[in-house]
Amino acid sequence: MLQLRYVWEWPVRLTHWFNVISLIVLSVTGIYIGDPMLSVPQTDSFVMGWMRVVHFGFAYLFAVSVVVRLLWMFFGNSHARWKAFVPWASKEGWRNIIGTFSWYTFLRKKPPYVVGHNALAAMAYSLVFILFAVQIVSGFALYGQYDPNGLWASVTAPVLNLFSNQGLRLTHHMIMWLVIGFAIHHVYSAWLMDIKEKNGTLSSIFSGYKFIDPKDL
Amino acid sequence: MQKQEKQVQDGVIPEEILQRWETRGISRRDFMKFCSVMTATLALPITMMGKIAEAIEGDNRPPVIWMEFLGCTGDTEAFLRANQPTAIDIILDYLSIDYHETIMAAAGHQAEAAKRQTMEKYKGKYLVIVEGSIPTAEGGIHCTIGGNSALNIAREVCGSALATIAVGSCASFGGIPAAAPNPTGAISVTKAVPGATVMNLPGCPLNATNLTASIVHFLTFGKLPATDSLGRPKFAYGKRIHDNCERRAHFDAGQYAEGFGDAGHRQGWCLYKLGCKGPETFHNCPTVRYNEGTSWPVQAGHGCIGCSEPQFWDTMTPFYKRLPNVPGFGVEATADKIGLGIAAATAVAFGAHGVASALRKDDDMESDLLKED
Ligand code: SF4
Repeated sequence: MLQLRYVWEWPVRLTHWFNVISLIVLSVTGIYIGDPMLSVPQTDSFVMGWMRVVHFGFAYLFAVSVVVRLLWMFFGNSHARWKAFVPWASKEGWRNIIGTFSWYTFLRKKPPYVVGHNALAAMAYSLVFILFAVQIVSGFALYGQYDPNGLWASVTAPVLNLFSNQGLRLTHHMIMWLVIGFAIHHVYSAWLMDIKEKNGTLSSIFSGYKFIDPKDL
Repeated sequence: MQKQEKQVQDGVIPEEILQRWETRGISRRDFMKFCSVMTATLALPITMMGKIAEAIEGDNRPPVIWMEFLGCTGDTEAFLRANQPTAIDIILDYLSIDYHETIMAAAGHQAEAAKRQTMEKYKGKYLVIVEGSIPTAEGGIHCTIGGNSALNIAREVCGSALATIAVGSCASFGGIPAAAPNPTGAISVTKAVPGATVMNLPGCPLNATNLTASIVHFLTFGKLPATDSLGRPKFAYGKRIHDNCERRAHFDAGQYAEGFGDAGHRQGWCLYKLGCKGPETFHNCPTVRYNEGTSWPVQAGHGCIGCSEPQFWDTMTPFYKRLPNVPGFGVEATADKIGLGIAAATAVAFGAHGVASALRKDDDMESDLLKED
């Protein structure tokens, strides 16, 4: 018998949705800031100004959300813990990596049974968290330049000196596209798993609950 | 005498000083202008004007050695033809420039002897100004003067100086000679003489007003102005060009010139889309400007190329684009084109996977369980 089990705790879901909203807003405003495609006729408008205000505001929201999620890796349940994100560190994890990979590449009939993240997804998330970290650091380094005596500038000065201003800007652009690529894959895979696993994967990120066979717990 | 002190306290230039300069052929108007420009450039309160006037009158003339290495003499040019010829008269009159390859009358052994004499007589008390970077490849043979390599000369001369001012981007950060692939192994003065006190005045060329102001600061306070993490004086490099730019209102509004000479460009709109590097460059160009405060690149209609930033030739190019090209992807491959490609490729790949998965039978996880239920 399948039973409903609470898998994703509320901080996991909350930070997930904060990340989604901020990534959408940050990408749209970021693309405009990088290449302002519309020129406005009136000088008293404030289009770029607003784009930047919104970009910086959501940048703070995103940074806080990512930090909270990282902290939750040390307080949450086993599906949210940091250990779940390094499947390559255990023998069983390796079996899951190979299993999930073979299923994705049509070499295996059924996906390995997991309650939380599957091994490949967990690895993708580890990589994405690294991308997020680079994006946050490069973003605040570029932002901090408005005030060279300010807090951000003093914290991020080594990064700027090491990678150069334009180097950071290029990185910031490239990572945005990688994250967009990840988002496409992520939605697709969640959808696929929802169909194939039939355990309520898609709705679980709203409710937190999944259908689990108690034998697997 | 007491009256003079009181005046100086109030920021007034004492009459006697003005008269003395007049006898040297510099009108009181020019001298006052000079002092106020210096006070303003250094961001000092106007009450300091009297102090400054007094300082450049004192009898503590510091000897100066001006050295040129891998450079184009552009900084010397900028300094000598500087804004307000009188300002230069004042400074040249005041400083004792004992060695300067471009303007000294002496030549050969005579010149070298003069340099040596200054170094020995004023050990630890003279100022050095360096223009151009210092080559290190193949034992430094790419720049030798009087049979000695630039590296040796710099170590010797800067090593026993009171302070060194690196003028221009080459001396400050390596500049154009140090741009990739840097065949001569050119390095900045700071790197060549690690222990020395070096202040950087980058720019291509530097703004002569900033050099004059630094010297005036030195004369007035006995030390060089406060510097940032890159060794640049904060009074000149403490703000971003973009944050002081006269076109900034157009930037915030969302009005951009799309090409040189188009309607937006003729109306003075922001040059961001023409590759302006004002948002990544720290310099006081918009406020001090060049050529007697006449103009500066963005005012003249050309975007900033970031010439005063470290490695500008490598990092700020292409000058007419916002972002550098992506290394390894050939010419003209912009980050956003490649990124869009990555996103599209992901969508196509997973789309195909989706079609394949939809056609696949019997890989459902719970189908058997569900049947049992
Ligand atoms: S012209 Fe350049 S420095 Fe001026 S506002 Fe535009 S981008 Fe900034």
